Amino acid sequence: MKKLALCAMLFLAGSARAAPILVTGAGATFPYPLYSKWFSDYNKLFPDIRFNYQSIGSGGGIQQFTNGTVDFGATDAPMNPEEMAKASDVVHVPTVLGAVVVTYNTPFTGLKLTPDLLAGIYLGKITKWSDPALAKVNPDIKFPDMPITVVRRSDGSGTTYVFTDYLAKISPEWKDKVGTGKSVSWPAGLGGKGNEGVTGLIKQTPGAIGYVELAYANQNKLPLTSLQNKDGAFVAPSIESTSAAAAGVAMPADYRVSLTNAAGSNAYPIAAFTYLLVHKDSKDEAKGDAIVKFLWWAIHEGQAVAAPLDYAPLPKAVVSMVEKTVQGLQVQGKPVPLASSK
Amino acid sequence: MLPPSETSAGVRPSPLAHLRPSPEGDRVWSAGLTVFGGSVLVIAGLILAELGTQSGPAWKKLGVLSFLFGSAWDPVQDKFGALPFIYGTLVTSAIAVLVAVPVSVGLALFLSEMGPKQLRRPVAFAIEVLAAIPSVIFGLWGLFVMVPWLREYVEPFLQKTLGFLPLFQGPMIGLGYLAAGLILAVMILPTIASVTIEVLKTVPLPLKEGALALGATRWEAITMTVLPYARPGIFGAALLGLGRALGETMAVTMVIGNSPEIHASLFAPGYSLPAVIANEFAEATGAVHVAALAALGLVLFGITIILNALAQLLLQAVSKGVRRGAQ
Repeated sequence: MKKLALCAMLFLAGSARAAPILVTGAGATFPYPLYSKWFSDYNKLFPDIRFNYQSIGSGGGIQQFTNGTVDFGATDAPMNPEEMAKASDVVHVPTVLGAVVVTYNTPFTGLKLTPDLLAGIYLGKITKWSDPALAKVNPDIKFPDMPITVVRRSDGSGTTYVFTDYLAKISPEWKDKVGTGKSVSWPAGLGGKGNEGVTGLIKQTPGAIGYVELAYANQNKLPLTSLQNKDGAFVAPSIESTSAAAAGVAMPADYRVSLTNAAGSNAYPIAAFTYLLVHKDSKDEAKGDAIVKFLWWAIHEGQAVAAPLDYAPLPKAVVSMVEKTVQGLQVQGKPVPLASSK
Repeated sequence: MLPPSETSAGVRPSPLAHLRPSPEGDRVWSAGLTVFGGSVLVIAGLILAELGTQSGPAWKKLGVLSFLFGSAWDPVQDKFGALPFIYGTLVTSAIAVLVAVPVSVGLALFLSEMGPKQLRRPVAFAIEVLAAIPSVIFGLWGLFVMVPWLREYVEPFLQKTLGFLPLFQGPMIGLGYLAAGLILAVMILPTIASVTIEVLKTVPLPLKEGALALGATRWEAITMTVLPYARPGIFGAALLGLGRALGETMAVTMVIGNSPEIHASLFAPGYSLPAVIANEFAEATGAVHVAALAALGLVLFGITIILNALAQLLLQAVSKGVRRGAQ
């Protein structure tokens, strides 16, 4: 009987609604687990709207969005002026924050690093764990006489972009010699492919140090390094300290801002937004409407899902800013009524 | 061939009429085959053309020679040189061939000359299984099993015994040219072994029997008749293995260390052509960066074509020799 009723309901629902709206997107791999949860939750609420997201990488996301092959894009690093010039009506909508953490494989735990030490290690200047500069910052740790093996990403990645962006900010030498990018010319170390490749190398190599995403590090219970932030405080990476980074930065209207080395005593210094890229004025009525309403949902109800999946939700001040941005989005020249969907 | 009118003119149709070739069918058939046969050339040509156009900006901006022989790889400042990748590809492939060929030849000789008949099938089966393992599995095994083993035992041993050679100096981290070369050796072993087995089958029996009749031991018969006869074929098999080693991506990138540097030491981390393309292409945004990666693809394509052509020539020489011997 129950089954029959269910069938009838499905049938009614199926016949009542118009053809389902399929919205396609492509881009960053980092937020993919969250986005797929969002899209499936949203589909349960609104069964006639379906999102199809391909996590092909930020670069590909920007390219496909610019070429118009997808309805929305997703990227970890904001688009640069060169890319912006090709996509005149793009709007960056920050969805959540991520952090890059420094992890290691040593006999001790509880490592603390200052910006100078981290830059020194990645520049290949500090090559041994017994370096006195390390002992000065970590008086409680008894350092072994062990070489430091630097591990970094070998594939082009937004994680590398954020990490090198931080190093370039805190070390003039890094800025001159290496710079900021998704792939850079590393002065030292071994490359692993993806977060799992870096983690694999670290676990396999005693004395290794490397960087991965916070979500990945948390899920794999990796030891985390506390970093000294702009205010001089040592902050352990966490969802709260990552969100705090977005509160410590003067936010421009288009959100294309680096959150690394943010001010605030509890702000973790290597944090970044991840963005969805949408059109300021959508040409397709049904799809545009669906995307704007989804964004509204994502920055409100969607934020609650973020923390359990190890993503840092947007701080309140940023949410109220993004609300205005989403309200400013148009479909065929008209704003989308949003108050009812909240 | 009968004209089609004969069957339709009221003559009793032969029960085999449906087997008679019709000129139209023949033409369609041969045209179809030409398309299938030509498609390989067309695909290769398209790949070449696409790589050529994609890599254009890199050759123009960087210069052919300074790209091929440059050793800097800096996507931030748009400086690109292919040498560390060419070097890494050739060194790891050379290690692979040097390790895999003796093992494969020994294996093939054992199976075809010495080993008990009951063992041949299981060993041949094991070779096939080895060939069917996906390369990412080899890479994982390499990273989690072979690399620690190299770091703890093999590399210290090599340094202790052969440390006077620059090949075995420097810090031992496990990852690097040696690890990549050994993984490749395991991966190309089935290719070389199975071709070598086939080559050994072409050795005429009277040759061996003659040697044995003259009082040669089994070992002498093998070294004096079988191996000289099969040598060009074994060489061709090695080149086929080399071709596979040159293009292997996933397993290599997991254990080579991915550092665009050139080191004499086999313990040092390096990089290979396919690995850097796989790693950086998805997120390469600069126009010159993308072009430089395509140019690396072209370089790899060139190396592979040259070596495959050599392998083909050698195999042809071998098959001619075999035919002459059989007459």
